[in-house]
Amino acid sequence: MNHRKFRLKNQIISMENTQVIVGLGSCGIAAGANKTYQKILELQKAENLSFQLKKTSCVGMCYREPLVEIIDETGAYLYGEIDEDRAIEIINKHIVQQTPVKEYIVQSDFMETVDDTFTREQVKIALRNCGHIDPESLEEYEVHGGYNAIRKIASEKLTQMDVIQTLIDSGLRGRGGGGFSTGLKWKFANSYKSDEKYIICNADEGDPGAFMDRSLLEGDPHSVIEGMITGAYAIGATDGIIYCRAEYPLAIKRLNIAIIQAREKGYLGKNIFGIQGFNFDMYIKEGAGAFVCGEETALIASVEGQRGMPRKRPPFPAESGLWQKPTNINNVETFANIPWIINNGAAAYTAFGTEKSKGTKVFALAGKLKRSGLVEVPMGITIRDIIFKLGGGIQKDKKFKAVQLGGPSGGCIPEYLADTIVDYDSVNATGAIMGSGGMVVMDETTCMVDVAKFFLDFTRKESCGKCTFCRIGTKRMLEVLIRISNGDGKEGDLEKLLNLAEQIKNNSLCGLGQTAPNPVLTTIKYFRDEYEAHIRDHKCPAKVCKPLLTYTVDDEKCTGCTVCAKNCPPKAIDGERKKTHYIRQDDCIRCGACFSKCKFDAIVLS
Amino acid sequence: MRIARIRREPETTQVDLPDLEVLDPLIKKYKGKKGNMIPLLQGAQSLLGFIPREAFEKLATDTGLSLSDMYGVATFYAQFRLNPVGKHIIKVCHGTACHVQNANEVSEALCDALGIPDGATTPDGLFTLESVACLGCCSLAPVMAIGNDTFGKLNGAAAVKIVKNIRIKENQ
Repeated sequence: MNHRKFRLKNQIISMENTQVIVGLGSCGIAAGANKTYQKILELQKAENLSFQLKKTSCVGMCYREPLVEIIDETGAYLYGEIDEDRAIEIINKHIVQQTPVKEYIVQSDFMETVDDTFTREQVKIALRNCGHIDPESLEEYEVHGGYNAIRKIASEKLTQMDVIQTLIDSGLRGRGGGGFSTGLKWKFANSYKSDEKYIICNADEGDPGAFMDRSLLEGDPHSVIEGMITGAYAIGATDGIIYCRAEYPLAIKRLNIAIIQAREKGYLGKNIFGIQGFNFDMYIKEGAGAFVCGEETALIASVEGQRGMPRKRPPFPAESGLWQKPTNINNVETFANIPWIINNGAAAYTAFGTEKSKGTKVFALAGKLKRSGLVEVPMGITIRDIIFKLGGGIQKDKKFKAVQLGGPSGGCIPEYLADTIVDYDSVNATGAIMGSGGMVVMDETTCMVDVAKFFLDFTRKESCGKCTFCRIGTKRMLEVLIRISNGDGKEGDLEKLLNLAEQIKNNSLCGLGQTAPNPVLTTIKYFRDEYEAHIRDHKCPAKVCKPLLTYTVDDEKCTGCTVCAKNCPPKAIDGERKKTHYIRQDDCIRCGACFSKCKFDAIVLS
Repeated sequence: MRIARIRREPETTQVDLPDLEVLDPLIKKYKGKKGNMIPLLQGAQSLLGFIPREAFEKLATDTGLSLSDMYGVATFYAQFRLNPVGKHIIKVCHGTACHVQNANEVSEALCDALGIPDGATTPDGLFTLESVACLGCCSLAPVMAIGNDTFGKLNGAAAVKIVKNIRIKENQ
């Protein structure tokens, strides 16, 4: 990367043309970005400063939140971890005194930073506007080429088939996790004729550990709406519905603003962009908290106001979906890609990616990483590169153990397979799935039996109860896992798990049940020794499963402060004040209270 | 001789129900529309804080929806509550990222400090403790949300401190 020289001395910079942009996504707000924004606003008013204060959404660098970008006539400077005090400092130094504060810069054209590796490997297509525009401003979206895809369709008189063919050529596959060709899906939906036809955006992002769709909806709602309008044109839909999780209030608020803006401009309504007979409008449906509603037939049942239970396919929604009318459902990220593909052509999209998986994929990086956040990478990058180049490696430089892809439907990929490339087929070959893009990294202190137990507990709770194997089978599997992690595992438990897993996979109607055993199957496949250590040796190598641990007192570190003895529920700790304490192993219930209360790290786990 | 039975007062005090007429505009808006059941229940809950039996009955009489269908839907989705909740709802995130960063410790410490199990409400009606699937702030794990405020990078002690501060403010 060529770095321009730092700003010239005595260069006069106009304050009116300087923009101060605060990142106000959910993550940023949780980290205190609202306070930062308020502080800058107060300062601006108090000192009558003429810079433009703006808002944007998720920039992606969640680990550096709150983020403030200052763009002046010399270029852009992104500042990280800007709390109220630092906000005052950067405004005073950068804007008033015109000297950028190098210590807080995480990215700029003028200098290299340690954070450059986070962005260098990224290709932003779906996230092209996130963190750059004000998500509540239609004008800013249009300045960045917004709604040009529909304008292109109108001005070049592209037919429905032209649009569908472009998508088929682009190789775009469903980003919700299914990986089915979006173009072909639209072709099927197009082929069924009806007076009413629905296009639904699935924003029921239920995977724990995934926040791509939330960030996209909060950061660039218009791109999703534009993608849906394009889809509505291609398949001939009359009504659009965005099915969004109620847990995402900010996303819902910004979507509502965007829909009203689009309607006022006539981008939704009758004869859109002058295309005669193209009438389309949309509304938001709030989900009510059920993971299974991410499955398309369950989602349809939920929109109809019923319990979100999947039904048999065929008929597929493309033929008979919502209110028995043809219905097409795509994921948020899929829709966000579409305007870019229409504007730039299929060839530009296929320039990224592998033979069978084209373009880019957004991942939510989380877990034991140094840098977590939202990234968009071209297909074909290795998992190792994502974790070590973008993610900066493992916290406290511990040993990287595994990465979980695809949430409760996915699986764990072990360290020795980290050179697997990111594309649908390569990831599926490991037993995990690409999923919607949650990537949770685990280190040596994560117990794989515990992880499997965690996911199974989740799917057991979220099973809708329709299919016996999913409803009861997951419960039985969970019981076995709980037994193993309590140290009561028996020989034959692993075979029992594998057998149950097979049956649940084969006898469940929808994706939830069919994939529910995946976390168990992949952890047994790659970490069988860990299961065996729990069952045979009654040991948890990662020291997570409490009933398998032994707590002892380190003589040298114990100061005799008596805190552990006071907090021990069964009073199993003896010792006089200022003398080394002692844990009676027979009475210890292995609750870990002494371990978490000791201020001197004197309680040793083994 | 007759033994005088001591009548035990019910332990939980009956919560005064707000006037159910607040539901009327909601019913007017959604009555007769297809797919109206979930928005009706969501609306009732946002007006009343939870959905009491009386609200179900009123919705059924006024809109013609069947009581059993409504009960079925309300018990299917995690969002709906059939019992009153505390003034502050503490949502401890148990998503994958929070789980591997020890969200259990946060929940356990809060259970201890509040003296209630997960999912329960404190006797003074101040706090309800809930575990939720994912708040979507994975990079700040472990996370909890109280009202509109989200707190990140917690441990047990830090979470308890935040809750204690709220209690001190409330008692003033």
